[in-house]
Amino acid sequence: MIRPIVIVGASMGGLRAAESLRKGGYTGGLVVIGDEPHAPYNRPPLSKEVLAEQVDHAAVAFPIPPVLEDVEWVLGSPVASADLEAQSVTTAGGRVIEYSALVIATGLRPRRLELAQMPARGTHAIRTLDDAMALRSELIPGARVVVYGAGFIGCEAAATARKLGADVTVIGKGPVPLLRPLGLQLASDIQARQEAHGVKFVMNSNLARIEGTDTITGVVLDSGVTLPCDVLIEAIGSEPNVEFLHGNDIDIDDGIHVDATLHALRANGQPWDNVFAIGDVARFPIPQFCETTRRVEHWNIPTEMARKVGQILSATMTENPALADHLAKPFAPIPSFWSDQFEVSLLAYGLLDQADDIRLLEGAVGENCVYGYFKGDSMVGVCGIGMRSKIMGYRNSVGLVA
Amino acid sequence: MLKIHVDMDKCQHYGQCVFEAPTVFALNDDDKLEYHATADDSELENVERAIDVCPMQAIAFAK
Repeated sequence: MIRPIVIVGASMGGLRAAESLRKGGYTGGLVVIGDEPHAPYNRPPLSKEVLAEQVDHAAVAFPIPPVLEDVEWVLGSPVASADLEAQSVTTAGGRVIEYSALVIATGLRPRRLELAQMPARGTHAIRTLDDAMALRSELIPGARVVVYGAGFIGCEAAATARKLGADVTVIGKGPVPLLRPLGLQLASDIQARQEAHGVKFVMNSNLARIEGTDTITGVVLDSGVTLPCDVLIEAIGSEPNVEFLHGNDIDIDDGIHVDATLHALRANGQPWDNVFAIGDVARFPIPQFCETTRRVEHWNIPTEMARKVGQILSATMTENPALADHLAKPFAPIPSFWSDQFEVSLLAYGLLDQADDIRLLEGAVGENCVYGYFKGDSMVGVCGIGMRSKIMGYRNSVGLVA
Repeated sequence: MLKIHVDMDKCQHYGQCVFEAPTVFALNDDDKLEYHATADDSELENVERAIDVCPMQAIAFAK
């Protein structure tokens, strides 16, 4: 029996990889394995619409196109281990699935607090639909919500909770929220706008302890200050889901190391011909923006990687001469992201954290504005509030000058 | 001929579709999305990419 292509991960990246394989002419077996019970859905609404409105899976599900009707979906079934030499994966339920090629799209999981005492109820993370639905029932007017972590998920969740009438405090390690992804100017601007809506920020702080045995009642900061708390949202970063690969000759230090054509790499840097990684879990070279390999947790990346892998794998399987072209062309995305917090609508292109100089290009501080992010003479990113056309106009200018 | 529909209740005018299918989608002077409700079949691939990259998943089409 001819082995199928197996995709581990049934979120956006896994779905788009399956689509791209069919689009490229691959008609053989396709198995998509996911740890969540849900068919692929869109995650950005989880910190916004899914918390604020009574929407369910159908509202965020991706449409499954007819070309995927013969795909075998193995959902609610985490993969426990893989044997890359034998070309098989084993689910937590013990099912062994052999593959001809493997596409890994297992993404991230939220980093969770590990404190000596954790109450049974009232602490949340936001990564999955089930996470968001569990949280929203507690976001009621007057609820005392503490958000630990001042990145995008934390700030978006804070805005949503405040709009729902909660009393919201954000605790962050740095001097201002969103400092690393946006730089000081925009980060300070967004903090001021959040504060104008009543969100409180306690910066340069860590959480030392949680009070409450059954349900959370408060959080204690390392300064000794106690904040009363009914709901704690942990937004302190993520960990790549790579543990199932332990025991194989594969570089999984900070995500799965892949080459310019997204082949997973062995410890010695040599590629696996039939193993690919895409999306949040992949650490890839992005020489237009930085010299090192890195993961990029932006929404457009899984789709672009899935398209590339689908082209390569389908051409391989169908012996299409276009394969040589696909292999000769390195993966070279322009990362993009957006964020909505109250009336603030951010749009960005590039890798902003590479900049050593940030300049106001259009508009004014506190109003609609566009900032350029520069590294030497190169604009490595552009980001702004409002002014979409202006921001988009800079998109094709971002990247290191060769 | 492709028939294109954007759910304007969902659309947040991010303009990501504009890069994928610039003959079909555009942002106007007020940064609001405008689009042609029909497009030539030759735009199929571009429109499919526009659908994929829409953050709000607001675009649909029929042949």
